[in-house]
Amino acid sequence: MNDAAPRSVGAVTPQRAGFLEPLILKAGKTLASYELVYETYGTLNAARSNAVLVCHALSGSHHVAGWYADDPQKVGWWDNLVGPGKPIDTERFFVVGVNNIGGCHGSTGPASIDRATGQPYGASFPVVTVEDWVASQARLMDRLGIERLAAAVGGSLGAMQAMQWTLSFPDRIGHALVIAAAPRLSTQNIAFNDVARQAIVSDPDFHGGNFYAHKAIPARGLKLARMLGHITYLSEDVLMEKFGRVLKRDEYGFNYDVEFEIESYLRYQGNKFAQVFDANTYLLMTKALDYFDPAKEAGGDLARALSAARAGFFVASFKSDWRFPPSRSREIVRALVASRKNVTYAEVDAPHGHDAFLLDNPHYHRLVAAYMDNVALEVGAGERRTPLATADTELEEMRGYAGRGEPREGT
Amino acid sequence: MQRYDFELIASWIPEGARVLDLGCGDGVLLAGLAATRGASGYGIEIDDANVLASVRHGVNVIQSDIEEGLAAFGDDTFDFVILSQTLQAMRDAGRVLGEMLRVGREGIVTFPNFGYWRHRLDVVRGHMPVSKSLPYSWYDTPNIHLCTVKDFEDLCATVGARILDERVIHEGRTIRLLPNLRGSLGIFRFRRP
Repeated sequence: MNDAAPRSVGAVTPQRAGFLEPLILKAGKTLASYELVYETYGTLNAARSNAVLVCHALSGSHHVAGWYADDPQKVGWWDNLVGPGKPIDTERFFVVGVNNIGGCHGSTGPASIDRATGQPYGASFPVVTVEDWVASQARLMDRLGIERLAAAVGGSLGAMQAMQWTLSFPDRIGHALVIAAAPRLSTQNIAFNDVARQAIVSDPDFHGGNFYAHKAIPARGLKLARMLGHITYLSEDVLMEKFGRVLKRDEYGFNYDVEFEIESYLRYQGNKFAQVFDANTYLLMTKALDYFDPAKEAGGDLARALSAARAGFFVASFKSDWRFPPSRSREIVRALVASRKNVTYAEVDAPHGHDAFLLDNPHYHRLVAAYMDNVALEVGAGERRTPLATADTELEEMRGYAGRGEPREGT
Repeated sequence: MQRYDFELIASWIPEGARVLDLGCGDGVLLAGLAATRGASGYGIEIDDANVLASVRHGVNVIQSDIEEGLAAFGDDTFDFVILSQTLQAMRDAGRVLGEMLRVGREGIVTFPNFGYWRHRLDVVRGHMPVSKSLPYSWYDTPNIHLCTVKDFEDLCATVGARILDERVIHEGRTIRLLPNLRGSLGIFRFRRP
């Protein structure tokens, strides 16, 4: 076992990398140049074999772990998973977090200035796909001197990137940790995404995507999109437990003001999100989700599509996740088995819904730690740290788990 | 629990075999077969603690119900499908045996022999048996379909499994005289007719 208690990676500093080589996108357009903002934790070993890429989901960023010296409250979105002594142990792995192209946390995106016009890209920013992100991430790995990833890790849309790595660069990745994922969105998923997009584009402040020039923000649309998304990231049980039918006042008001706690909570979350997130990025991210479908080019045969992969797979789903339910992860597992890939699959009993991938759950975290322990052994990044048998204390914690973490950001 | 059946199973598995272990527990059988035989394949396991232990042992474990999990595999995917001391917990043991023969070339089943004399004696004395091989009380046992060695032979005939090898052991020793009475663990290897 690890002697030291898990710690934070501490204060971190984002870095930038500029790329002048054009990126040809799946949509057929070209991004002439772009910048990626990223963070790294831990140390790249001499063999350069211990790199782990963490891919973010819809609303995540490069800020995976640690905090900022000038903003200690701003803790990384997967800080519970990444750090010294944590499941993705930065004492053994060199972990890279990157903000994807089209994002709004510093990498080139719709709000960035287009050098060709001197104006923000706005509506002219090209639609990017999971494949495009993976291609840009690979260029960042080139820049960092990483020929081969020990692993790529992601949840939800991040998991799709980890999966795509094994297909785009089968020789450059040892393992993919594919958490709370789907091999492609369901009709219902796409429907939710479109309602979110319609909320944004129908906001008068959207100005066809060029709201920057109008010094406006389509905050109402973005807020609605987030409120809708937020409901789908949580389970019905967790909403019921957290908010029930509790009223802000004692009696019904018989009007249309905020009355139930859940209304207040969702509006607060929506407003908060609308202040920090870019509406065009939200549109773009949901489109990237909709378009992801590795089986499409293999005639709908996912097993055939995944046969290109050489990586080992860790697939995990959460029983209460109805946005990307376990049945969707089982599709991935079934296809990997059919193409004879190494795959481990766990179905985690967590109450929180889709957001569970971001939350503390001892069993889920032990599974990731155990898998990463084997990865570390394989790439020469350290000795075994977890016991082989399941300890009694672990069993107790597993059974007694009823963690009720704060809802986080999903998809 | 000492697993007397593992050694015998390992002796049947040739180099480089593709193996499916149904109810793989903590994964030690698969890990052992990988280390000593270069075998590859998957384990199916439903219990959280066992799934975790299997991941730690570095085996490909798939968390699933066995009967559901078998459906995920195509015909003739494996050289061997192993069901080690789990048959007695299956809802439809006959169907599981049929599925084993569909996805694998050969099947290996081990199970606690209900015909073992101590078990018979318990019943004669008026109680459900509790022993090393059947450690549960009747009210909390996962074992819903217990059988004797003879019963299993009958099941093989019913589902059309050709028995290749049949052992009854007790604490590691093969019982040759009155095996269905003196042996506590049945071990069968079989294939399609």
